[in-house]
Amino acid sequence: MFRKKENSHRSFKELGPIIAFLSLAAFTAVLNPRFLTPFNLQTLGRQIAIFGILAIGETFVIMAGGGAIDLSPGSMIALTGVMAAWLMTHGVPVSVSALLILAFSIGVGVWHGFFVTRLEVPAFIVTLGTLTIARGMSAVITRGWPIIGLPSSFLKLDQGSIIGIPIPVWILVLLGLIMDFFLRKTIFGKHLRAVGGNETAARFSGVNVNRVRMITFMISGFMAGIAGLIVAARLSQGQPGVGSMYELYAIASAVIGGTSLTGGEGSVLGSIVGASIISLLWNALVMLNVSTYWHNVVIGMVIVVAVTLDVLRKRIRG
Amino acid sequence: MKTVLRARKILKRFPGVVAVNGVDFEVYEGEILSLVGENGAGKSTLIKILTGVLQPDSGEIEVMGEKVSFKSPLDAFSKGISVIHQELSLAENLTVVENVFLASEVTRGRRTLFSRVSMEEMNSRTKELLSTIKARFEPDTLVSKLTTAEKQMVEICKALSKKPKVIFMDEPTSALTISEVKALFEVIRDLKRRGISIVFVSHRIEEILEISDRIIVMRDGKRVATMNRKDATVDYLIKAMVGREVEFFPRVDTNPGEVILEVRNLKWRDRVKGVSFELRRGEVLGFAGLVGAGRTETMHLIFGIEEPEEGEIFIKGKKVEIRSPRDAIKLNIGLIPEDRKLQGLILTMSVKDNIVMPSLRHISNFGWILNERAEEKLAEEYVNLLKIKTPFIHQISENLSGGNQQKIVLAKWLSTNSDILIFDEPTKGIDVATKAEIHKMIRELASSGKGVIMISSELPEILNLSDRVVVMWEGRITAILDNSNRQLTQEEIMYHASGQSKKVMV
Repeated sequence: MFRKKENSHRSFKELGPIIAFLSLAAFTAVLNPRFLTPFNLQTLGRQIAIFGILAIGETFVIMAGGGAIDLSPGSMIALTGVMAAWLMTHGVPVSVSALLILAFSIGVGVWHGFFVTRLEVPAFIVTLGTLTIARGMSAVITRGWPIIGLPSSFLKLDQGSIIGIPIPVWILVLLGLIMDFFLRKTIFGKHLRAVGGNETAARFSGVNVNRVRMITFMISGFMAGIAGLIVAARLSQGQPGVGSMYELYAIASAVIGGTSLTGGEGSVLGSIVGASIISLLWNALVMLNVSTYWHNVVIGMVIVVAVTLDVLRKRIRG
Repeated sequence: MKTVLRARKILKRFPGVVAVNGVDFEVYEGEILSLVGENGAGKSTLIKILTGVLQPDSGEIEVMGEKVSFKSPLDAFSKGISVIHQELSLAENLTVVENVFLASEVTRGRRTLFSRVSMEEMNSRTKELLSTIKARFEPDTLVSKLTTAEKQMVEICKALSKKPKVIFMDEPTSALTISEVKALFEVIRDLKRRGISIVFVSHRIEEILEISDRIIVMRDGKRVATMNRKDATVDYLIKAMVGREVEFFPRVDTNPGEVILEVRNLKWRDRVKGVSFELRRGEVLGFAGLVGAGRTETMHLIFGIEEPEEGEIFIKGKKVEIRSPRDAIKLNIGLIPEDRKLQGLILTMSVKDNIVMPSLRHISNFGWILNERAEEKLAEEYVNLLKIKTPFIHQISENLSGGNQQKIVLAKWLSTNSDILIFDEPTKGIDVATKAEIHKMIRELASSGKGVIMISSELPEILNLSDRVVVMWEGRITAILDNSNRQLTQEEIMYHASGQSKKVMV
């Protein structure tokens, strides 16, 4: 009898961010009707897909708590894109290239997980290392020049659409459903929340803490790989400079979507909503003719204000 | 007698409950006043109100006849009201002096955030304070290097440095050994002689009767009784706290069966130095010893929290390797850890999620997809069985009282249906009625054919519940004593626990 109430109360944590998203969208649409054109909405959708996919991976890592964070996704987008482009321009079939890239990005997650769980190096440092290494490696591979001439079948990954909805959005929806199931309906998800809530107690309860942490980094790596492929398809090239600062937008999306930086709390829907808000901000700033010089300033301030409001709201209720 | 602190008609509501319901409270100069009651009786809330942590919904507080209103602990502090919390709140990375004078550093000249501090002055003052309470460590010792009892002394020094009129002590003895409690009582009596009033909170009846001048009993948010030490008896006190008679240590006939667990020559660092013992079905095996004797560490080796450097573990006669708690759980071992907030519970998760945590693998579909209904059924079963007081099973466990949290930890391990159950200080900080329930349950578990190990630093608990008692001292077992007729005495156990027998044997 009480149960229903409690559940519905819980699933509405994303309500605030959703309302914020819709109001901002309405505001933009009123000031510039071009916002609602199919072309703009598709562009927006593609951007949401990238940030959303990264934010989901980031949410898993952050939820494990203990200061866990993944700073590598932005650089990994560049590295995986460049590697995919190199493979495809060297005669490796598109599907095989994609699989290799995904295996590689999961491998990078394993690398992070290994340092964090076995050698007990802070995640911040290990992934900061990758942030630099991956960016550097993409420059090494390309010698600074983009790799062009990707097969047109690969470009559909970003540029194609089904019933008017861009393929990246479909990918986001599919991955979102799978990851949401993982987070809410499996033992792994419950263990993840337990580790984030109290690592010691989780271990005393028989949770394999190291494995849980390892899996979160693998998921984050995998998501970065997917995003890397989509971005390469969007640009029709392997670009060593792409994706810069995306990890920060991913973290911001996760936090705006209700992920607690101390661990234990977070949701897939929330991360997607968070990513939508940030993507929408970019889009709105363009639509409202705000000078590009101001974009980063505005977005930074919005992130701080949004999270502060959320903290205050929690304090009042708690 | 002069009234130092007086509170009138204090009322404090929390959502759904009146925590403190119109309580009058007074502390006289130089008295030792015990505030007792079960968990959830409202003691902690009252103390928080009187020390400025919480603000009352209504009621008034007077210090030395002057009306006050505390907006923060600092306000209370400046009026001479100090508190020593159950969970000590020292900065572990700082020295004793730095902690004692934290946020009230002595400076040369005017005090600002950037003034130069006068280390010599603080050192000598700390030294003086330490010597008045007969503490034997230096002011420049790092707090992390001190024992729990010593840290408490630092807290007392910190309180004394503010020249307090009243010191509240919230369960100061729960983490201390018997000799440390004696030393603390000496300090308390000394403070009393110097005119400082002490408000003492404890769940141990014997201590209350030993130390108090006056006793105030709370129940369900109300003050239900006040008595002078000379009028108080164990029975009277318990009846006032619980509101009914409590059956204490259940008598049961024991019938030990096969050996279910055998440990041979376990060694780990310098904490466990070659421990061997057997546990039989149907018995409660008590583990007595001083804090730091290696009892908890031994159990952690058996439960896979740490891996032994040497030694063997046999379960039902078969040698096993236990590398993690998961391995131990698979072998049907359960551990109810000592520190429920740190090791036992995930406070941010619901009662249900905590209870089902070790059983998830068995009640989930295909071993990995959660089965919400099965979880709810299991949790509900144990919430009812253990009479856990919670509005619903999805309540966040942080919101429950200490006794009920401990019951969640118990439920967690009972629901796994383990054959071997290890209780580490199962009633530490638990109120009388819940304690009696837990004792009864431990005996019932043994009679139902499980092997039960119980570490306890409370000798009456050990003596009344255990069929055999293992006594440890400095990482070794000094004696395994038969107690099937409940004939053991505290003296006998203390003799072995203090290493006396070892000295005689060598």
